[in-house]
Amino acid sequence: MLNDVDRIFTNLYGRHDPFLAGARKRGDWDGTKDILARGQEAIIEEIKAAGLRGRGGAGFPAGVKWSFMPKQEGPRPHYLVVNADEGEPGTCKDRDILRHDPHKLVEGCLIAGFAMRAHVAYIYIRGEFFREAEALQRAIDEAYDAGLIGPDSCGSGWQMDVYLHRGAGAYICGEETALLQSLEGKKGQPRLKPPFPAGVGLYGCPTTVNNVETIACAPTILRRGGDWFAALGRPNNSGTKIFCISGHVNRPCNVEEEMGIPLRELIERHAGGVRGGWDNLLAIIPGGASVPLLPKSICDDVLMDFDSLKEVRSGLGTAAVMVMDKSTDVVRAIHRLSQFYKHESCGQCTPCREGTGWLMRVMERLVSGEAEVEEIDLLEEVTRQIEGHTICALGDAAAWPIQGLIRHFRPELERRILARKRRISPGAAA
Amino acid sequence: MSEAPFTLDGELKAAAQAAMAKYPPGRQASAVLPVLDLVQRHEGWLSRPAMDAVAELLEMPPIRVYEVATFYTMLRLKPEGKHSVRVCTSLSCWLRGSEEILAACRAALGVESFGTSADGLFTLEQVECSGACVNAPVVEIDDDYYEDLTPETIRGVLEALKRGERPQAGPQGGRQASAPEGGPTTLTGDPAELHAKAMAAAAERARARAAKAAEEAKTAKAAEEAKTAKAAEEAKTAGDAKAAPGEKG
Repeated sequence: MLNDVDRIFTNLYGRHDPFLAGARKRGDWDGTKDILARGQEAIIEEIKAAGLRGRGGAGFPAGVKWSFMPKQEGPRPHYLVVNADEGEPGTCKDRDILRHDPHKLVEGCLIAGFAMRAHVAYIYIRGEFFREAEALQRAIDEAYDAGLIGPDSCGSGWQMDVYLHRGAGAYICGEETALLQSLEGKKGQPRLKPPFPAGVGLYGCPTTVNNVETIACAPTILRRGGDWFAALGRPNNSGTKIFCISGHVNRPCNVEEEMGIPLRELIERHAGGVRGGWDNLLAIIPGGASVPLLPKSICDDVLMDFDSLKEVRSGLGTAAVMVMDKSTDVVRAIHRLSQFYKHESCGQCTPCREGTGWLMRVMERLVSGEAEVEEIDLLEEVTRQIEGHTICALGDAAAWPIQGLIRHFRPELERRILARKRRISPGAAA
Repeated sequence: MSEAPFTLDGELKAAAQAAMAKYPPGRQASAVLPVLDLVQRHEGWLSRPAMDAVAELLEMPPIRVYEVATFYTMLRLKPEGKHSVRVCTSLSCWLRGSEEILAACRAALGVESFGTSADGLFTLEQVECSGACVNAPVVEIDDDYYEDLTPETIRGVLEALKRGERPQAGPQGGRQASAPEGGPTTLTGDPAELHAKAMAAAAERARARAAKAAEEAKTAKAAEEAKTAKAAEEAKTAGDAKAAPGEKG
């Protein structure tokens, strides 16, 4: 198990003062000026050496992403945009950073902003997180008052402004280009890439969008050294990660653990185990609603990191572990997710707008068994026609949970269809 | 629906202008969500004249404001109850009994499926993931989250609101935030001490790194010296060898 000394978010549960006095005791804003004095390139190299991969779901190396920003400030200003539009079902980690450790994020905005030559950071927080926005705004105000950010941040001579922007209830705004559209005052509909935000982002200017956890990790990594972070976890999957363990466990919780911790150990050590014991486990969605579920046989020994979960055709995503015990109607569970994607599709691309509704309606019929066995293949085929054929990844995210269900629970789908046939005409299906 | 005239002025206008100041000149449209939120908090909902006033302030075509107002679920296009009750029914909440929570809300508010209660106090809605999944099931009420609910506790919360009280938000079972029930399995120590230890360990690593680098430099220097000595030796031998034939000649 990860030692407390190696944890980054030492006020994850809000047991201590979240604001400046408490944050300073936990080490926030300790030597920030010295970190900035190392220079942009050195900071980016340290983040690269740490092997920090984006914590918002896609897992793209953060240092590499920062290095895509132009090396000189041109006529167009650079922007850092922090994605705090947390809403992937199962995921509630950024919420704890925003309300209990907000100074880690504000300090991260200064350091990351400096590294990418941005003088302005916008933090886009989901509208429902009203109390979290209050806490973060207070931390931002404190940082201005103490001269930590502003015209001469931490006495470094660097001007850094940090602004909070509240959304208004749209999951799609968690997609980086939809978020930029929303921040510009438009409907949150994703943009085509390329051009990528590093070239043409907010207001057409060079922009990097990072997840809250990614940015909030950065100051601690720079204080303790990239080698410290890289030594945790496995190669290419380094560091610590906040896991959200929800569903059918005895004690649901958030916990920061080492990357690559075995899934079973994670649940048994921190969440009190699966309700009714490990053998009562049916399936787990290991990384938020968008990644395919895993049956118990895979959960038994899979490790929780990007590459291990990719090997079993799922993903780490946001590290939101949703546990389903044997009492779960797994078909209904996936149907529930299909409803979600239907509701959240922005309507821009036809395969997604029409497809998510179609998937939901077929899933509805599979729940009751009111379908033909051949429709399972048809459903799979339709998910393949949505996947990869839309501007953003919402279409993929709608497709993958269903593909996972068919891959691992096809016999259950067939059983329901045949059982219903036997019920309505007892002789026919014999 | 009657659309009362609306003027954006006074404190509301000042607040709107403060929101606009966060964005660069000419980018005031960025403030559309914050300003619509301000107006909605003031008026309870967004009438067409209110949206038009926002469009005028932000120098946006009104249609762009309507587009935004219809796209985001938290913006209300008709008057609603005094309290907004939003039941999360997404997967983590569903696994922890959100259907019973929804049923309890309906019973307590006398609302058949969704909509506003007869007394006009509550509007009941179903929402997709609230983002508090380890504290499921969750109900958002106005600006607060009520978490770890049972049908009994949500009933208690709603009854308290009916009496005009403001019940304590957060986990209703008594645990602290997202920590596991019964107390955390991690972070039991003093965070200041943890920071000191982590920095001491970092300094130790830096020292070890420096010592290793010095050692490597020393080894490299010794190797370099040996190489130079060897080369000199070889040159000498070669010189001797070269010289030898001459001597002979």
